[in-house]
Amino acid sequence: MSQKMTFNVNGHRHTILIDDPDMPLLYALRDDLGLDNPRFGCGLGQCGACTVHIDGVPTRSCSLPVSAVGKGRITTLHGLGDRKKPHPLQTAWIEEQVNQCGYCINGWLMEGAALLARNPKPTEEEARAAFGDLICRCGTHNAAVRAVLRASKQA
Amino acid sequence: MRELELSRRAFLSTSGVFMIGHATPDAWAQAAKTSPKSPNNPDLLADSLDAYLAIDKTGKVDVFYGAIDGGQGLETSIAQMVAEELDVPLSSIRMIMGDTRRTLNMGGASGAQGVSRRGTSLMKAAALARQMLVEEAARKFGAKPTDLDVKDGVIYLRANPARRIAYTKIVRGRPFQAKVRWNGQWGNPHDIATDAPLKSYKDYRVIGQSPRRADLTSKVFGEQKFPGDVRLPGMLHARMVRPPVAGAVPTSVDETSIRHIPGAKTVHIKNFLAVVAPKEWDAVRALRAVKVEWSQSNPAFPTHREIHAHIRKAMVTQRTIEKENGKVEEGLVKAARVISGEYEYPTHSHASMGPGCAVVDVRANGATIYTSTQKPHYAADGVADLLNIPRESVHVVWMFGTGSYGRNDQGDATADAAVLSKALGAPVRVQWMREESLGWDPKGTASVNFCKAGIDEKGEVIAYELISRGFSRENVATNEGRASGTLAGQLLGAKLEPKNTFNIPFASYTFANNRVGWETISPLMDRASPLRSTHLRDPYGPPILFGSECFMDEIAVAVDMDPVDFRLRYLTHPRDKDAVRIAAEKAGWRKRASPRKDIDSASDVVEGRGIAYRRHFDTFIALVAEVRVNRRSGVVEPTRLVCAHDVGLIINPETLRHVIERQLIYGTSRTTVEELAWDRNMVTSIDWNSYPVLHMRHAPPRIDIHLIERPEAAPSGAAEMALGLVPAAMGNAVFDATGVRLRKIPFTPDYVKTMLNT
Repeated sequence: MSQKMTFNVNGHRHTILIDDPDMPLLYALRDDLGLDNPRFGCGLGQCGACTVHIDGVPTRSCSLPVSAVGKGRITTLHGLGDRKKPHPLQTAWIEEQVNQCGYCINGWLMEGAALLARNPKPTEEEARAAFGDLICRCGTHNAAVRAVLRASKQA
Repeated sequence: MRELELSRRAFLSTSGVFMIGHATPDAWAQAAKTSPKSPNNPDLLADSLDAYLAIDKTGKVDVFYGAIDGGQGLETSIAQMVAEELDVPLSSIRMIMGDTRRTLNMGGASGAQGVSRRGTSLMKAAALARQMLVEEAARKFGAKPTDLDVKDGVIYLRANPARRIAYTKIVRGRPFQAKVRWNGQWGNPHDIATDAPLKSYKDYRVIGQSPRRADLTSKVFGEQKFPGDVRLPGMLHARMVRPPVAGAVPTSVDETSIRHIPGAKTVHIKNFLAVVAPKEWDAVRALRAVKVEWSQSNPAFPTHREIHAHIRKAMVTQRTIEKENGKVEEGLVKAARVISGEYEYPTHSHASMGPGCAVVDVRANGATIYTSTQKPHYAADGVADLLNIPRESVHVVWMFGTGSYGRNDQGDATADAAVLSKALGAPVRVQWMREESLGWDPKGTASVNFCKAGIDEKGEVIAYELISRGFSRENVATNEGRASGTLAGQLLGAKLEPKNTFNIPFASYTFANNRVGWETISPLMDRASPLRSTHLRDPYGPPILFGSECFMDEIAVAVDMDPVDFRLRYLTHPRDKDAVRIAAEKAGWRKRASPRKDIDSASDVVEGRGIAYRRHFDTFIALVAEVRVNRRSGVVEPTRLVCAHDVGLIINPETLRHVIERQLIYGTSRTTVEELAWDRNMVTSIDWNSYPVLHMRHAPPRIDIHLIERPEAAPSGAAEMALGLVPAAMGNAVFDATGVRLRKIPFTPDYVKTMLNT
């Protein structure tokens, strides 16, 4: 029995029909709303490629049932900032040329942005800790830390 | 002259490895007889300049690059090379990458040859285009071509710069209709020659600069589309159904088990089984719900813990000596001391961040494929073979996507989607699952290195032998160009075409009596094996250099020499020696033999340093690793890596630094944590816990990279050469710190503790 659910994503409200309340949010975002930023990496909450913010908190959308989202405000990478109004971490990310393939980018940018929101001047150790639970197979770990420190200097 | 030198160098540098040898007049004569029509689009001719670049009416330059950029900056670096020779602004270059309708098959991401082969080919095309345009302008001006110069796509008379004409005014959107000499080869060996001279490096304006990568900004803002983002009308989502035991095939499928899921159905052709649904989550639900009966299968694999014992005792199917000089046995008999060492390398998954994903739309008149495979032309060939349709009817649209690091599961996912789209008459998007990507991607498989050296009374090495034994590195091909090389093809009964190949990385050490070779053994399962072997990034680097470069240190220990001095004693090429010297110097290396003698025996935490060297194509690298070993916990951490890197001409220094830094971190992952696990029946590495990869806490926090400037030398490759040194440099550093020689990758705490306690 399908039911209507409303999501607030990047400041816009979207109502969709949901068949299965256990469906992870990732599939609602990608398949129903066509928002491609969060990506499928593991479906197990282990890698971070599907990360979005819910009320500013980095959340792995592959493992969060749609029924648990409630009224939470969802922000995707695209909602974090765009070319006209980039998030300082996005600017720093480009200046540091962090990524290679970029498949993991949602996890790192969304975790990094959340770190800067709660701690605008993190130390290198704090930046490393914030990224501690993410995977990147290209090896951009140190570059990501440099980008956070660069963004914090500019803040 | 420059051009001749460049092309000759390129041929020489690779011919010893891939046996291309197309520099001879005979080879060129033979090449001239080969049809230049691209099999993937007969309208494209490999001996036509127009197949390489085009200048449109607005001055935009389309560069037809028949390979890809896996996120290591080739799009920008190759654009720089073309902009340089053509004398146009970098911003006017549009790189057309990997599209099989618009580009020739230049291979793919392979052997780090993007710049050294593809880039230099396209530079030659650009130089010819520039020469033609200048000659035409000279005719118009009534001047000699040598009186003209070009800046930003405008040709002018040097003596009177007001006399000028833009490229666009000459070209007017027309093709060049000029011939280039094509070497008759497709794929990696593809190359061209022309009579147009190339610039001297002294005149470079764009090469040597560090413009930012074109792709990165769109990735940062979440604008970059990957194959998984393609949505076509009527597209179905698919999940492949894989057996719980390797070799088992579906004998019956209970369609009613997924009847409750909207629109879900199964596709069962021979041993190929998938579920599809209009909505993606429903395909996942169907995968979980579908009831399948599988045939009995008893693969009886030796497990990953037993695999090296198996390699030692299994029958050798092929033995090839790649390099031999002198008389090794005589040297060993004469030696005052003989030392030997064995080194084990595990099986690795490509373990891409994104599991294989592709969208394929098969119609009556052909197929369109959206994929991020690293070899798009071969994907087109493979789908044509699989579906038995003409090659030119298959169009691969290559897109940026997950890093592949070798032949990962992208090509197999592409083949799956092609079979399904044909069967269903609808576009199909296949997304592999995490468990499937680790379990069923083609693997970089385990090997054992056997090293032996004879040393005379004076401490001179008078015999050396390195034999590496393992599985063929091409049980399935390094690309998906044949149905037989894809999992889908194997499940559908394609005739198998395994190859028995292996390789030993080149080293320029000069030992009097020297033998280097390899031995292969039979695969553990012939068809549709989860352990089928293929190329994983730097296929012969880490597995063999771990043995050979650790053993160099073992010999240095035996003769009580500093490891840097010991290497310099046996290296002859100045670029080899410079790399080793510079890495040591930049690391603040202090001369002494290993292990260090000043360790506090009561201390849990000890530190050491190690070095490793290699030459790969014409790239010369040395790496110093500094490690911290916790003798109580067994944790090994690299605290600093120092890399001296000589790639010849550097196109984009910042990109080069990035590429080296990131691969050293990747190499640390392969060295310290990664190992594929399996039991008697099937791979048991099913997620990022059971296939551990590097997390931030184990990343080397400090990486110093020293680029050696050799602008006069042809550019070689950089995308995978340095990573192969990480295992040996770290292993040597652990020995330096502890006096204990690690003989097995990965350096897990359990393994290190065991070694420290024995």
